[in-house]
Amino acid sequence: MAEITLVEAVNLALAGEMERDPSVLVLGEDVGADGGVFRATLGLLGRFGKERVIDTPLAEASIAGISIGMAAQGLKPVAEIQFSGFVYPALDHIVNHASRLRHRTCGRLTCPMVLRTPCGAGIHAPEHHSESVETFFAHVPGLRVVIPSSPARAYGLLLAAIRDPDPVIFLEPTRAYRLFKQEVDDNGQALPLDVCFLNREGSDATIVSWGAMLHEVQIAAARLADEGIMAEVIDVATLKPLDMPTILESVAKTGRCVIVHEASRTGGFGAEIAASIAEHGLLSLLAPVQRVAAPDCVVPLPKLEHYFMPDVDQIVAAVRKTLEFA
Amino acid sequence: MSVVARFEIRHTQFLNHLGEPTQPLPDFARDPDNLIPYYRAMVLTRTYDAKAVALQRTGQLGTVGSSLGQEAIGTVVGSVMQREDVFLPTYREAGAQIARGVTMTELLRYWSGDERGSDYRGPRQDFPVCITIAAQCAHAVGVAYALKLRKEPRVAVTMMGDGATSKGDFYESLNMAGTWHLPVVFVIANNQWAISVPRSVQSAAETLAQKAVAAGIPGEQVDGNDVVALRYVFDQALQRARSGDGPTLIEALSYRLTDHTTADDARRYRDPEDVSRHWAMEPVARLRNYLVLQKVWGKDDEEKLIAECNERVQAAVNEYLATPPPPPGAMFEHLYATLPAALAWQRDAAASGKIHG
Ligand SMILES: Cc1ncc(C[n+]2csc(CCOP(=O)(O)OP(=O)(O)O)c2C)c(N)n1
Ligand SMILES: [Mg+2]
Repeated sequence: MAEITLVEAVNLALAGEMERDPSVLVLGEDVGADGGVFRATLGLLGRFGKERVIDTPLAEASIAGISIGMAAQGLKPVAEIQFSGFVYPALDHIVNHASRLRHRTCGRLTCPMVLRTPCGAGIHAPEHHSESVETFFAHVPGLRVVIPSSPARAYGLLLAAIRDPDPVIFLEPTRAYRLFKQEVDDNGQALPLDVCFLNREGSDATIVSWGAMLHEVQIAAARLADEGIMAEVIDVATLKPLDMPTILESVAKTGRCVIVHEASRTGGFGAEIAASIAEHGLLSLLAPVQRVAAPDCVVPLPKLEHYFMPDVDQIVAAVRKTLEFA
Repeated sequence: MSVVARFEIRHTQFLNHLGEPTQPLPDFARDPDNLIPYYRAMVLTRTYDAKAVALQRTGQLGTVGSSLGQEAIGTVVGSVMQREDVFLPTYREAGAQIARGVTMTELLRYWSGDERGSDYRGPRQDFPVCITIAAQCAHAVGVAYALKLRKEPRVAVTMMGDGATSKGDFYESLNMAGTWHLPVVFVIANNQWAISVPRSVQSAAETLAQKAVAAGIPGEQVDGNDVVALRYVFDQALQRARSGDGPTLIEALSYRLTDHTTADDARRYRDPEDVSRHWAMEPVARLRNYLVLQKVWGKDDEEKLIAECNERVQAAVNEYLATPPPPPGAMFEHLYATLPAALAWQRDAAASGKIHG
C-alpha cells in the first residue's frame, strides 16, 4: 500500500474505474496532455486515449450539457470543471436537466454522470479560484453532493460517485489536495454514499464538518482532548442526501454541537444541519448549536484570505462556549 | 491585406408558395405519390395542434405552443430520421415527435402537466421536450459523442427556434460538434419570432445558417415551408452525419402563424397584416396545391383525410382524458434510482397526501 495525497487518490480512482469499466470517460479543460491543472487526470490520456480522455473546448455550460447527453446514452462521464468559481454556467444544465432527467422520463433516461470540481479557499489563488459552492448544489433535488476530506475517502467516495446511477457533484477541497498523505489501498472498493463518517469518538461535544475543514477540526479536537474535553468529530462527506441519524445520534450523546464550514455563514449548509437538529434533536441539546463559518463577504484575495478561513482557535472557542451551558 | 476566409450560404427551394416547382425536383419527389405521406402528417399535426389549443381554452390542458404554419419542418425531420436515431426536441415539435412515434396521448399528458407523458413507448432514447432554450443542443452533442464513440451509424438530431440561436449553448454546441466531427444535425425552425422579439432584433447576421461558419461546419438555409426542399437538405445532412462526415446546421425559414403559446396574445406586438401575408406561404396549402396540380390529390382524398385526422386526434384526446391523475407519491418516484433513506419520510408524507404535515 502506498501513501498518497488526495489528488493522487482521485487519479487512482479514475484510472482504476476507467480500466474496469469501458463506459467511464473523463472530460474537461486541460484534462488530457496536461493531466488537469491539479494533475488529477495525469497519465489517463496515455492509458485510455483521447476518445475517453477528452480535452474539451473552453465552455463550462456545455461540459455539463454534453455529459448529460453522454450519460443518457449509457456512458459514465466524469466531467471536470477546472475551478469552482467557473462552475456557475454549468449550474443550468445540472439543475434543470441532470437532476431531473430520470424523474421527468419516469426512469426511461438516466444521468449517471459525475461533475468534479476543486473547491474552497486557502491556497492563495487568484480571484474566482476559491469558492465554496456546495450549498448551491445541495439545494437541488435529484443530485448527490459529496466532499471528501482525506485521500482514502476521496478514493472510495469517487468510486462510489462514478458507480452511482444518478448525477453526483464531487467537490474536491483544493487545500486538501496535497495537505497530507495517507495509505490508500487500490482495491477498487467504494465507500458508501449517503452516510456520515465518525472520525473521532467523544462524549462532550459533537463537531460536524466536511472537506478541508476537517483538518482544523481534528487539530482542535486533539487540543480540546489535552484539556480533557472529548469532542466527537463527524465528517459529513455526503451533504446530499444528508445522513441526519448519525448526527442526531451523536448529538443525543454529547448534547452539544458545533458545525464548521468554510463557506459563508448565511444560508450555508450548516444552517440546514442546525435546523434539522432543532427539529429532531432539540430536547437532547444542553447548549445552543454553534456555527463556525466564513463571514458573509466575498472570498478575499490572498492578502486577507487568512482572516476569512475559520481556524482552530475559533473551533476550540465554539466548543468551549457550548460547555459554558449546564 | 489578404482574404483568409470566405463563405456563402446556400438557400434551397423546390416548390414556390403556390406549389409550383421552381426547378426540377429531386429523385424522391419525382413520383408525387411519395409526397402524400408528408401531406398527411402535416394535416395530422395541424389537427392535433388545433385540438391542443382548444383543450387549453376549455380548461382541459395546460399552456401549449402550436406549430401552426411551420408543420413542414418537424414533419420532415421526424419522418426522415431513422428509427434508431435520437431526437432532442424543443416544445414546438409535435409534428416531429408524432412522426418519431410519440403518441398524441403522450403529448397531451405531458402538456397537461403529467410527467408520464415523457415516458415515450415508441422512441425510447429520444429526449423529452426541452423547455430551457437551446440546452438540448448540448445534450445532442453528448448523445452524438456516445454514438460516435461506439461507432454506431446513428445520428442525433435536435431542433431549436430562431431565438435559441442567440444562446451560448447553441454556439458552444456547434463549436464542440465541429471540433469532434460528430454525427449531429441542428435544425433551426426560424419562425421569425421569439415570443414578441422579431428575428431582426435577435441577430444582425444576415442568415442564422451562417452561424455554422464560425464553428467550421456546413450551414445552409432552406425554405422551411417546402417539404421537398426540407427533405432534400435534411437527407443530405443526415447522410453526412451517418457516414462520418460530421455535423450540419440547417436554418429552415418559416413563420409562426399563431400566438407564441396559449398564454400569449401576439396582437400586442405584431401587425396582423404581416401574419396575413405569411398565410399565403404556409406549407400545408403549398403541398396540397402541388399534389392537386399533379392530379394525385382531390376533394374526396381531402375530406377523407380530415375525417381520419379528426378521428385519430379525438381518440387520443379520449385516452388522455381517461388517464387517472398520478398519485402524489409519484413526485418521489424516479427521483433517484433508489430513494435515499433520508427522503423516505417525505415520500411517505407525500404518498399519504400530507406533504406539509
Ligand atoms: C433559457 C430560457 N430563457 C427564456 C425562456 C422563455 N421563453 C420561452 S420560449 C421563448 C422564445 C423562444 O423563441 P424561439 O427560440 O425563436 O422559439 P419559438 O418559440 O419561436 O419556437 C422564451 C424567451 C426559456 N424557456 N428558456
Ligand atoms: Mg422563433
